[in-house]
Amino acid sequence: MKKKSTFLMITATLGFAFLYAPIVSLVVYSFNASKLVTVWGGFSTKWYGELLDNDQILDAAFISLKIAVISATLAVVLGTIAGFCLSRFKRFRGRMALSGMVTAPLVMPEVITGLSLLLLFVAMEGLLGWPSGRGTLTVIIAHVTFCMAYVAVIVQSRLSSMDESLEEAAMDLGAKPGSLFFLVTLPLIMPAIVSGWLLSFTLSLDDLVIASFVSGPGNSTLPMVIFSKIRLGVSPEINALATLMIAAIALGVIATVFQMHRLKKNAV
Amino acid sequence: MSPAERGQQVTLEERQPFIEIKNVTKKFGDFVAVDDLSLDIYQSELFCLLGGSGSGKSTLLRMLAGFENPTHGQIVIDGVDMTDIPPWKRSINMMFQSYALFPHLTVESNIAFGLKREGVAAREIKARVQDMIDLVQLNKFAKRKPAQLSGGQRQRVALARALIKRPKVLLLDEPLGALDKKLREETQFELINIQESLGVTFVVVTHDQEEAMTLASRMAVMHEGEIQQLGLPHEVYEFPTNRFVAEFIGSVNMFEGHVVEDEPDYVMIASKEAGSHLYVSHGISCSPNQNVSVAIRPEKILMSHNKPEHDYNCCPGVVEDIAYMGNMSVFKIRLDSGKTVRITRFNRERSEDEYFTWHDKVFLTWGPTSCVVLTS
Repeated sequence: MKKKSTFLMITATLGFAFLYAPIVSLVVYSFNASKLVTVWGGFSTKWYGELLDNDQILDAAFISLKIAVISATLAVVLGTIAGFCLSRFKRFRGRMALSGMVTAPLVMPEVITGLSLLLLFVAMEGLLGWPSGRGTLTVIIAHVTFCMAYVAVIVQSRLSSMDESLEEAAMDLGAKPGSLFFLVTLPLIMPAIVSGWLLSFTLSLDDLVIASFVSGPGNSTLPMVIFSKIRLGVSPEINALATLMIAAIALGVIATVFQMHRLKKNAV
Repeated sequence: MSPAERGQQVTLEERQPFIEIKNVTKKFGDFVAVDDLSLDIYQSELFCLLGGSGSGKSTLLRMLAGFENPTHGQIVIDGVDMTDIPPWKRSINMMFQSYALFPHLTVESNIAFGLKREGVAAREIKARVQDMIDLVQLNKFAKRKPAQLSGGQRQRVALARALIKRPKVLLLDEPLGALDKKLREETQFELINIQESLGVTFVVVTHDQEEAMTLASRMAVMHEGEIQQLGLPHEVYEFPTNRFVAEFIGSVNMFEGHVVEDEPDYVMIASKEAGSHLYVSHGISCSPNQNVSVAIRPEKILMSHNKPEHDYNCCPGVVEDIAYMGNMSVFKIRLDSGKTVRITRFNRERSEDEYFTWHDKVFLTWGPTSCVVLTS
C-alpha cells in the first residue's frame, strides 16, 4: 500500500512538472530584472511597466480580444443552428453534405483552411468588391468558419443525448416550435453552448496560422505580434504579457468551473 | 363502481363518439404501423390500447396527440377534424412514458408550463397550480427539481402537468411502466379515481395486460397495426375471439380438435391432444368436422386424483412440474397425448385435502362454460 502511494506521488509530480514547469519558468522570468531572458538578474516588475507602454502589443491584444469575442459569439449562433438541424431534422436534402461540411474544418490542416480562405477573400473582392481588403473582418469570418464546427459538434452531441419527448411535451402543452426552442431546448443545451463559446474564444485567441493568411496590415493579432517579436529574440515583455494572460485564463477557468457547476445543478 | 360497470354504462347509453378514428393508416416508408384502423372512443371513458411492441399502439397515440399525421384516414375529436391542427392547438394532453419533465424547471413551474403558454392571468395560474399540487399530493415538493423526486413523484408531476389545461382527452403512454410493482398497484387506483372525479376521457397505451385490465373501462387489443378485439376487459379475457388475443392476454392452454356434434345449444369436439371429448355448452357458428381450437385458462381447470363422472372434459395426465408462488401454485401436467397443460391453483388451505406432488397421476376437468372455441 505504502509503496503504491509513493509510486503514485512520483508519477503525479513528474506529470505536473512536465505540464507546468515551462509555465512556471515563464512566470518566474517575467519578474527578471535582466534584459537577457535566460539570465537571472534579480527581481523586478519593470517589464510589466514597459508592457503597458508598448502600444503595439496592447493594440494587438485588444484586436485579438475583440476578434475572439465577436467570432466566438457568431460561431455559437451559427454552430447551434447547424447542430440543431443535424440532430433534429432526420431527413432533408443535403443532410450528408451539411454534416460533412460542418465537421470538415475540424480535420482540415490550418494551413489549407487559411490559404483557401485567403483565395476566397481575394476572389470575392475582385468579383463583388466585398470584403474590401483584409483586416479584422476577414479574420473574424475565418475564425467563425472553423469555430462553428466545434460548436456544432458539441451542441449536436448534447441534443442527441437529450430526450426528444421533452420538446414534444412542450409542444403538447401549447408551446409553438419557436417559443419551444427558447423555453425548453435552449436552457437544456446551455452548458454545451457555454463550453462551445469558451472553446471558440480560446481557439480564436490562440490562432496564428489562419490569422497570418487572412489578416491585413495594421491588424496583426496578438499571436502574430508575439511570433514576429520572437523571431528577433525573446523579449522579457512577452514573458510579462504571457504571465498576465495565464492569470486571466486561470481566473476564467475557475469562474467557468463554478458556472458550469451551477448550470449542471440547475439543469439535471 | 368497478371499471367494467362504468364501461357497461357507457356502451348502454346511445352516445355520439367523442373520438372518431376513421380508416386511419400510417406508413413509415414501406412499413405499415397502423393499417386501416377505425375506432370510436366515447366521452369519459378510460380506454386502453393493449399490444406488444410494434403493434402500432404508440403510433396511434402519437397521431391523436398530433406528433404524427395519418397517411390516410381522418381523426375527429369532439366533432372537429384534427388533420390540420398542430399539437400545440389541440386540447389534448399527453403523459409521456419517460414523463418528459423539464429538468430545468421546478415542480411548480413544470405544472404551470401549459397555462403560461395560454396566457392565463398569473393569479389564476397560481390557484390552479395549487389545486393540481393538492390533487396529486405534492405539496412538500413544489419547489423541487424533477431530479430530486422519486419515480412515483415524477409520475404524479407528469399527470398534474398534463391535466392542468383541462384537456378534453388525456393520452397516457405506459403510465405505470416505470414504477415498481407495489407502487404500480397503488397508482392504478389513484389514476382511476382521478379519472372518475374529473371525467376526462383517458386513452392509455400499454403492453402490460394486467395494467390494461385494471385500468380500462373498455379496451382494444392491437397487433400489426390492426385491432384484434374490442370490448370490456372481462369480455376480452373470458371470450377472446381469436388465437392471438387468447394467447396474448394471460396464459392459455390450446387444444386442437374437430367438431363432432354441432347442436344449437352445445358442441362436442374431439381432440386427440386433450385425450377426451370436449363439451362446450353454447352453440358456435361452424360446419361439421371443422377444425377448431379450444382455449382454456389455467385457473379454470380443476385437478383431481379421481376420475370425474362424465367422460368429456376429462384429460388424464401426470404432474410434471410444480412452481410454488405463495398465493398460488402453477402445475405443469403432461397429458397422455404428450401435450403439456399449465394450470394454476390457489393455495387456500395450508393443509389441502388433496395434496399433489411430482409424478402423481391426475385428471383435469372443467365446467362446460369454461372454455372458448376459436375458429380463426
